[in-house]
Amino acid sequence: MQRRIDYQLIEDLVPEGATVLDLACGDGELLAELIAGKHVRGSGVEIDQAAVEQCIARGLSVFHGDLDAGLADFADQSHDVVVLSLSLQQLRRPRMIVREMVRVGRLAVVSFPNFAHWIPRLQLLLGGRMPVSRDLPYQWWDTPNIHLCTIHDFRKLCREEGLCIEHELYLTSVHRDPPAHLVAPNLLARIGIFAVTRC
Amino acid sequence: MTDNRHAARKEIGDVAMGFGDDAGNVGVVRTEHVTFDQPGQELSLEGGGTLAPFTLAYETYGTLNERKDNAVLVTHALSGDAHVAGRHSPDDKRPGWWDMMIGPGKGLDTEKYFVICANVVGGCSGSTGPSSENPATGRPYGTDFPMITIKDMVNAQMLLLDHLGIDKLLAAVGGSMGGMQVLELAISHPDRAHLCVPLATAARQPTMAIAFNEVGRQAIMADPNWRGGHYYGGALPAKGLSVARMVGHITYLSDEAMEEKFGRRLQDIHDYTFTFSADFEVESYLRHQGLSFTNRFDANTYLYITRALDYFDLTRQHGTLVKAFENVKARFLVMGFSSDWLHPPYQLKEIVSALRATHKHVSYYEVESHYGHDAFLLEREKMEGIIAAFLASGAKTYQR
Repeated sequence: MQRRIDYQLIEDLVPEGATVLDLACGDGELLAELIAGKHVRGSGVEIDQAAVEQCIARGLSVFHGDLDAGLADFADQSHDVVVLSLSLQQLRRPRMIVREMVRVGRLAVVSFPNFAHWIPRLQLLLGGRMPVSRDLPYQWWDTPNIHLCTIHDFRKLCREEGLCIEHELYLTSVHRDPPAHLVAPNLLARIGIFAVTRC
Repeated sequence: MTDNRHAARKEIGDVAMGFGDDAGNVGVVRTEHVTFDQPGQELSLEGGGTLAPFTLAYETYGTLNERKDNAVLVTHALSGDAHVAGRHSPDDKRPGWWDMMIGPGKGLDTEKYFVICANVVGGCSGSTGPSSENPATGRPYGTDFPMITIKDMVNAQMLLLDHLGIDKLLAAVGGSMGGMQVLELAISHPDRAHLCVPLATAARQPTMAIAFNEVGRQAIMADPNWRGGHYYGGALPAKGLSVARMVGHITYLSDEAMEEKFGRRLQDIHDYTFTFSADFEVESYLRHQGLSFTNRFDANTYLYITRALDYFDLTRQHGTLVKAFENVKARFLVMGFSSDWLHPPYQLKEIVSALRATHKHVSYYEVESHYGHDAFLLEREKMEGIIAAFLASGAKTYQR
């Protein structure tokens, strides 16, 4: 595993010294950066044995568990921030996990590949084939991404769940740094990063 | 050419016959004994009274370094003993009970760590227990032996650490009853272990486990040879102990493991005998397990240790589990095993949640296994990398 492209933006959203739970934390890269840079009290949840071992080798606190089973082992409002980086689309029950994130944490930070980005749109419209890109690098028959959504879809989910969007950030194909303001983000954002709270 | 080929074949044959598997093993080891008979070395017991003098049998592997910061205490389960790794003689067929985990390059790497394991007080494998001589009478204690708790077992082992000159362990590691000792150690001696690895255990003995233990105890006490526990020198309550072990053994397996290991297969026969002899493999196996247990284990120790297990309840002792862990300083790696029905994963997760509630450093790993409770003694590949990583990273934060 390697540093994911959304880590820097997520780190900017996490306050100094916060209690952070990183869901699907992988090898613990983000947590390690947050602990070193933001002095957070961090722990992770991860399903893969090898990744759990890497987290432990880094000295991180990690819980081996399946996010599709929810966060029953975590108490209400026990964390300042709960993070889910680029994994929402791989879960069986993404709506449930968003609900769980705002139950366990005061702030939920969710990032996901925007399926309405112009590249997948064109691939489907002009090529007539399931999109394959650097953000969605899988063939339709072996993709772990079973619940893809768009920026608009996620905003709609937040409305329906009674969640207030505190921050909405994007990564695009052209901007080196995330644009402060993006016209038509649903078309131009590769990755959407939402920080939401219960209203 | 022919000679060379012969030599090569011999080498392969040797490995296949087991001559090669001493690489990575600790080799021949011996059990040491230490007797605590000095003033201040009395063991004050949780149930009242003191035990003095008393002896602990223990084994060590690897070398204690100069800073004395590489000691790892392994705590054993109900039927375990101090002999956790290696062999007692070159032709010893049975290595120690957790040999798979302890040795050069293994999960508890004896090239790096000084590994200690002691037979618990109340035991029957060299430490003072009901079969030891009562200094007041000159005869074996029998049921005059005082009741022992998990806390007493831990306190006794702290005296052993004093004896070995170790004030703070790098780690305490144990499964089942060993895991309870690890939890107790972290709570009542927060400055004596930096890392704690409880496996396949619980913060309080679950009801079902008390129930099975009671069946075992009743079997022992119903044996006419038990005679109120004062049977030493006469016939032993072997039948009762054997039944107790059979019941216990079932709880260490799982439905799936038993189907796979025995199924409904018959033992050396093609059809039912229409008698009560051991027709089924599983019957024959349990009878064998029960019988061979009586050769190495004392019935009274079985009574005392199962009682210690049943009395273990951190919630009762501290009010809540969160309170129990409030003053804990150690970092934890908690491990559960998917098919363990004696201590199902939820019991391990309770420990994790309580530790997390007081902001302790805790990791949880659940081993996928169909071996049931015994998985912690068998699933080497699935456990050793994680345990080794936890010890190696934890060693960097060791402080006195």
